[in-house]
Amino acid sequence: MSPVLDIDALIGDPQIRIIVCCGAGGVGKTTTAAALGLRAAESGRQVVVLTIDPARRLAQSLGLTMLDNTPRPVKDIDIARGGSLDAMMLDMKRTFDEVVEAHATAEKAEQILANPFYQAVSSSFAGTQEYMAMEKLGQLRLEADRDPDNPRWDLIVVDTPPSRSALDFLDAPKRLGSFLDGRFIRLLSAPAKAGGRAYLKVFSAGVNVVTKTLTKVLGGQMLSDVQTFVAALDTMFGGFRKRADHTYALLSDRTTTFIVVAAPERDALREASFFVDRLDEEAMPLAGLVINRMYRVSAPGLSAARALGAAEELGERESEHSAGAESSGVSEHTAITQGLLRMHAVQAEVAARHESLAKRFIAGHPDIPTAEVPAASGDIHDLVGLRAVGEALAGH
Amino acid sequence: MAPEAESSRDTDWDGVRLHIVTGKGGTGKTTVAAALALALAAEGRRVLLAEVEGRQGISQTFDVTPLGLTEVRIAHAANGGEVFGLSVDAKAALLEYLQMYYKLGRAGGVLEKFGAIDFATTIAPGVRDVLLTGKVYEAVRRRREHRAKGPGAPPAYDAVVVDAPPTGRVVRFLNVNHEVADLARVGPIRSQANSITAMLKSPQTAVHLVTLLEEMPVQETVDTIAELRAVGMPIGGVVVNQVREEILTRNVLGAAARNAISREDVAADLTRVHVRATNAIIDGLLTEARDHAERVNLERDEAQVIASLSRPTYRLPSLSEGVDANGIREMAETLMTQGMA
Repeated sequence: MSPVLDIDALIGDPQIRIIVCCGAGGVGKTTTAAALGLRAAESGRQVVVLTIDPARRLAQSLGLTMLDNTPRPVKDIDIARGGSLDAMMLDMKRTFDEVVEAHATAEKAEQILANPFYQAVSSSFAGTQEYMAMEKLGQLRLEADRDPDNPRWDLIVVDTPPSRSALDFLDAPKRLGSFLDGRFIRLLSAPAKAGGRAYLKVFSAGVNVVTKTLTKVLGGQMLSDVQTFVAALDTMFGGFRKRADHTYALLSDRTTTFIVVAAPERDALREASFFVDRLDEEAMPLAGLVINRMYRVSAPGLSAARALGAAEELGERESEHSAGAESSGVSEHTAITQGLLRMHAVQAEVAARHESLAKRFIAGHPDIPTAEVPAASGDIHDLVGLRAVGEALAGH
Repeated sequence: MAPEAESSRDTDWDGVRLHIVTGKGGTGKTTVAAALALALAAEGRRVLLAEVEGRQGISQTFDVTPLGLTEVRIAHAANGGEVFGLSVDAKAALLEYLQMYYKLGRAGGVLEKFGAIDFATTIAPGVRDVLLTGKVYEAVRRRREHRAKGPGAPPAYDAVVVDAPPTGRVVRFLNVNHEVADLARVGPIRSQANSITAMLKSPQTAVHLVTLLEEMPVQETVDTIAELRAVGMPIGGVVVNQVREEILTRNVLGAAARNAISREDVAADLTRVHVRATNAIIDGLLTEARDHAERVNLERDEAQVIASLSRPTYRLPSLSEGVDANGIREMAETLMTQGMA
């Protein structure tokens, strides 16, 4: 038996200031983050939930109509214990623009914001979303602690971007960092600086090859856009790098914890395995695994095989009784019972499959606390549904 | 001899050679792409199944060793058909592209050393997608090694199936030209992006959407179709995956939803076949039936939304044993029966 993930102990621990929910796409990460946030708020914490999802699903489930890069209060939650809940959705481009505006002079900022290369990077570079999610997390944390005696939030719940891989969230800032520190960026920015030529001599003769090739492949105009962009950002790089490092450090801090979310499917659990191993490698704090949408039967005392057998036997008995009479089968109520038994058998098989997938994961990671959330029969898009998920997360 | 296999089957997608399969995460788009590739490969055809996100979903689905940078055969289809697999890698595609169009032997290595390749494949906006779709474009256009090489040779692949990014990212992925156009107004990248877009928007391409009968995947399907339409991408079929077998009749479902099933009748039936009719079991069965009825109702609503899209729609049953290599074959058969391939 692996340990149970005690959600209430987790959200009740004032030491925990950040909970990061991560996992593959389609496993219910956003719902889990929202449900956790709601439960924490209703247990008395000052919570903000940061979501990064283009489908605006959290907006629906939290009854918000506007998610505009600013935390907005969620209405109709239970505030009897003195908690509060804000929610926001990341606007990647706006976050990037704000970083530029905060770190460059007005004139320079304007220049950067107008650069076509910047516009493309800020709205679509694969990884900007992850980087900006980190940036926003850092900002929220600063904002939370602005007044140490009266923190605006004492818990931040983050839903990670719907990336190609859950690991991208951890990798993107590093990738950007290594690019910013790399030779290529210096090569790009050098010609635009005074004395750039001399600086370039430090490099090998390869520089010429690179510049020539880039001109040939990218075309002169695109290359010069890139160079202008890089030169304009140059002064900000230190800041970028530092902030990325700072947020990354925040993630490995003792006040942060990760929850890996999965569904009882092979692929989702494999992704969860990768993530769990990776967090371990990076010495990042893992609270545990949530397996969502576990199918459960309401009559666990009856096995699939027994139910099927009973359904068949009912049919046989009826046809014995009615032999000679109208041949086609069973009375109406027996048909209903047969239906119930067959349906139960199918559901019991699905439940058994989910159970065995979950068991296999747990066997491979015996020390990781897990919580299972049963599948809901309907979709979740309101506070009532989220509250029920929260209950289930907490094992009630 | 070039096999004259054309039109030996009447399918909904005759003339389509590039099948792009997308869907919300968790809908099973990789397995559907795999099943479609197998179905298309039946009767001696050669099909390439390509993934573009480096997830190794294909090799896991077919239970073969992880795909590398070369195309390898991963499955035999019915009557001599073959499916090849490829995990498209942006970096390899770029080096290949540079080699092919610029004959850059040494410069490729130098670019790599300076971080330019990493820059292009991970950071430069849009370029990564140009490279990934560019490799797909190349595979669709490639001709078989043949005596009559050139325009006379048959295509290397009769069809190419792409396990594409999920619905949230697929339109941006396919519409590479749009992003790159702002950056590269002239030059070789621009013209490469233009040729790729021309193929993606041509009638030889179809973008298929995989969904479940659940609210969010269906909503994303609807949204994505609208987005695809807005950018002029050819919309393919809708594949409804993991469709539950109908076990209870409409009447029984109605009764279950209204709590109108008689406990006494059920108890009597159970007792007759020596199932212990405890309260827990009877309540459990009735609760299951009520939940099931609720779900079936929701599914019916979602099915209506899908029907209102007026796209060719295929239904794949939920496989109780989960999806393994045999399951994929079963799914391929179903897609063929329903006319998708």
